[in-house]
Amino acid sequence: MTDIAGTDGPAFRLDMTSDAAKRRIRKRYAAEARFKAYGLAALAVTTLFVAALVFDIIRNGIPAFTQHSLMMDVAVPADFVPADKRSNPVAIRSADYFPVTRDALKAAIPGIQSRQGERTLVRLLSSGAADELRDRLVADPGLIGKTVRVPLLLSDDADLYFKGSGTPIIKRNGVGTATPSGTTGEITILTSSNDFAAEVVAIKQAAKAKADTLAIEAARLATFGGQSLAPRIAEINAEIAELRARVDSPKVEEVLDGKLPSKLVEINGGLVKLTRLTDISVAGEVLLPLTSAAEAKPGNWRVVTYATPESNRKVSDLEIGYLERLREKGFVENRFNTRFFTAGDSREPELAGIRGALIGSLLTLAVTLVLCVPIGVLAAVYLEEFAAKNRLTDIIEVNINNLAAVPSIVFGLLGLAVFLNFFNFPRSAPLVGGLVLALLVLPTIIIAARAALKAVPPSIKEAALGVGASHQQAVFHHVLPLAMPGIMTGTIIGMAHALGETAPLLMIGMVAFIVDVPGALTDAATVLPVQIYLWSDLPEQAFKLKTAGAIMVLLGFLFLMNGAAIYLRKKFERRW
Amino acid sequence: MTALYFVTLAILVAAAFLIGRQRAQSLITAGAPSLHSLPSYHGMLPMAAVLVAMLLTYAIGTTVVAKYAESSALAVLGAETIADPLKRSAGLRDIQNIATGKHSGEPSALLKDAAQQFASASAFGKWVVYGLGSLLGLIGMGYFISRISPVYRARNIFEKLILVIMGICATVAILTTIGIVFSVLFETFRFFFDPALKGRPTVSQFLFGTEWNPQAALRADQGDIKTAFGFVPLLTGTLLITTIAILVAGPLGLFSAIYLAEYASPRFRAIAKPILEVLAGIPTVVLGFFAALTVAPLIRGWGEQYGLDVASESALAAGLVMGMMIIPFISSLSDDVINSVPQSLRDGAYALGATKSETIKNVILPAALPGIVSAFMLAISRAIGETMIVVMAAGLAANLTANPLEAVTTITVQIKTILVGDQEFDSAKTLAAFALGFVLFVVTLILNVIALQVVRRYREQYD
Repeated sequence: MTDIAGTDGPAFRLDMTSDAAKRRIRKRYAAEARFKAYGLAALAVTTLFVAALVFDIIRNGIPAFTQHSLMMDVAVPADFVPADKRSNPVAIRSADYFPVTRDALKAAIPGIQSRQGERTLVRLLSSGAADELRDRLVADPGLIGKTVRVPLLLSDDADLYFKGSGTPIIKRNGVGTATPSGTTGEITILTSSNDFAAEVVAIKQAAKAKADTLAIEAARLATFGGQSLAPRIAEINAEIAELRARVDSPKVEEVLDGKLPSKLVEINGGLVKLTRLTDISVAGEVLLPLTSAAEAKPGNWRVVTYATPESNRKVSDLEIGYLERLREKGFVENRFNTRFFTAGDSREPELAGIRGALIGSLLTLAVTLVLCVPIGVLAAVYLEEFAAKNRLTDIIEVNINNLAAVPSIVFGLLGLAVFLNFFNFPRSAPLVGGLVLALLVLPTIIIAARAALKAVPPSIKEAALGVGASHQQAVFHHVLPLAMPGIMTGTIIGMAHALGETAPLLMIGMVAFIVDVPGALTDAATVLPVQIYLWSDLPEQAFKLKTAGAIMVLLGFLFLMNGAAIYLRKKFERRW
Repeated sequence: MTALYFVTLAILVAAAFLIGRQRAQSLITAGAPSLHSLPSYHGMLPMAAVLVAMLLTYAIGTTVVAKYAESSALAVLGAETIADPLKRSAGLRDIQNIATGKHSGEPSALLKDAAQQFASASAFGKWVVYGLGSLLGLIGMGYFISRISPVYRARNIFEKLILVIMGICATVAILTTIGIVFSVLFETFRFFFDPALKGRPTVSQFLFGTEWNPQAALRADQGDIKTAFGFVPLLTGTLLITTIAILVAGPLGLFSAIYLAEYASPRFRAIAKPILEVLAGIPTVVLGFFAALTVAPLIRGWGEQYGLDVASESALAAGLVMGMMIIPFISSLSDDVINSVPQSLRDGAYALGATKSETIKNVILPAALPGIVSAFMLAISRAIGETMIVVMAAGLAANLTANPLEAVTTITVQIKTILVGDQEFDSAKTLAAFALGFVLFVVTLILNVIALQVVRRYREQYD
């Protein structure tokens, strides 16, 4: 304790000039700056997190809004639907569209003979590829017998390939003159220069690099010890040995497999996938047939590398060959994905849409809104204006505050036990979902409405009472209208909360796989957040993009709702 | 039928209001005694009578009719079917499917008869409800219209009705709590003490058991497979993830709040505050997606670089993202309490020569401590009850571990896992979820009550 008014002893003097004092002050100021920096850093980390989240969602979600299709001239044969049935949409709908689309695709890439090649080609198309064609024919049966230009939807893997999840492609012009031994099947190609020496070296290097990474992995696993890892380590060691032997072997011939980058040769309008190569000759399998076996001059043929090994990607070399050929010929088009907004759920990622979930959310929220606004507002008016101040009112008040903090999943348990099990309401129905969500957001709305009512000055009510209004007339005719903007803001925020809620709806069975768009309150349905949860669980990469896309839609709605709430608050906020 | 009922309801409501108001209006003539209530109240009273009578009749009537139709249809199927609950519900489902035309295949003659009976009984019942509802509505309307006179206190009666309705609305919150407590408590009680339940644990087995394996008790008659309902691994898993979340959100949220309340200029505050509000408004399913598909692989990748074996559903990933979720809670609640510390305390500290940070550390935080503690408790309760992030990013295996790099499971994950899909209400597995829900409810309730209590006591200090 410092003795301020020193009466006895030497007077206390604050020393501000000595070095020690200056050091102390510097230290204190440094501490001050540090403390301030901590605060700023905390905000920065939080902001960074929000930014990373939003960026990640948008980066994944944007591709979900477009879709690649093949714009093709499809020849619809005159006997596709018999002339007497063309007025019947059902007959047109139920016709077999597969051969028509297949033929169109085969015409685009001619010369494929193997059955396997043909099957791969057809599988590039989605199972819903002909939907657009079907709609066109139903709308205009006169098109039957003509050639129609329609987009044919690609499968999810092909679509993802064009969206950039395929492989980097490196092309290098040939230096020598290349001579293929045939046009289809297994062929060899000889060059006049040692065109492939670099490739052989590159393959050996890749094998060496891979062996090194595997060795590190094996060493890492070995440090953990334990019996369960032993077989895995042995497996890795065997692979390392194999790779090392390959690197060390003086042989100039290299055999390619799916674990290494793919090498192909583009020659005479065809594509050859290499399986074996030496400096001057290669052997391989023809993916796209050559027009002739004539020799190709330098610069007229190319060595192509698909840098990602075939075993690490979803599309095979053959599929890439087809897709690149289709792209060169200008068939591939990237279009806005309207189906995403007009279709229900599907097991095929390229056919799945959010319409079912959106309508489900809409129906559920409608039930919630209809239930919780009147109940919430009336309860708030009662508690704020009419309730006697007694124990019961106290209990209700504490209760509402506690309910607001009960975990949402507990409301799901309530819905399951009471609405489904006791009242036998239908499972998965928006009606039950809306009921549960109404109970969930009721406390929020009551609290917001009470705050809005409290903010209206008592003089308003007193003036109404003074001129002879009854208590209810004063409240309903004067106080409540003035509190309405605040109540609306609270309601919108509560609804936004309900829109994003997932857990309680899982409990009451709104997680089923539902293809149909719900039409009534008791139909089985799902909601947007649950759809997001369901899609995020699926293994296909394309569904990951769909999930992010659906999240963008959900966040968009939430943004709109919160924006509306802020606008209302700003516009009608009144300081008394 | 339903449509007809509600059209009738609408017509009667409109008629009641118009007739009532008209009659009251006609009483206003020169020389006549003036009305006690406005004419519109004389209209609204019969209108309310119609509404209440018809809606109540509908609600009660349809339930009774449904039960009546079911029992009369089941009577056709025979006593044997009624006695067996399984056959009973299967028969009922078939009957309903036939009645709505959804039945696949050709139903048997007996079923057809039953469905016929069901259809005719419910049609008959619906007409009875319609007739009764309209009659009661008309009676109510007639009664109040006949009472209209200048001295009739229509407004007082109407307002009393409104007051009752408002009171009912206010008790919905209480009913919700009662519903939660009873539904959860009842099933929890059955879980522990129902003698008909195979594989049920004792209370101490549940509370102190270290093994959680409810999957084996899928059906009541599979009791010989070893099942375990040890709650401890779920508790430790939940606490592990919650601890990580608080370790993330505590400092970040608190420092954000301090900066926003004490240092930030109004302009900076106007920019930074909405960012926190955006974070608070992001649905947890979105955060779960981010945790599972971005954060978890990232942590796994980092771990591998340093030679650590990180589970792909590590507690760390779920905890980190959950921490991010509760930052806005802590920061906005702490911001409020820091702002409510009286300015005189700050001024006193400055006058003594304290720097800003010294003031905050030595004066403001101690003064705001109760509020901050309560903010942390609310945040912890939020983290314990959070479902989607852990469902998507945490594991299912009930590991008893304190290592944040391993996968753990939580109470909410187990509730969700058990209850999604088909459940039977007489298996120990399903009831276990309710027992977990009960624990969850009680724990969060206690945390909330303490938090509210702390705040309440704190508020008295500076008033």
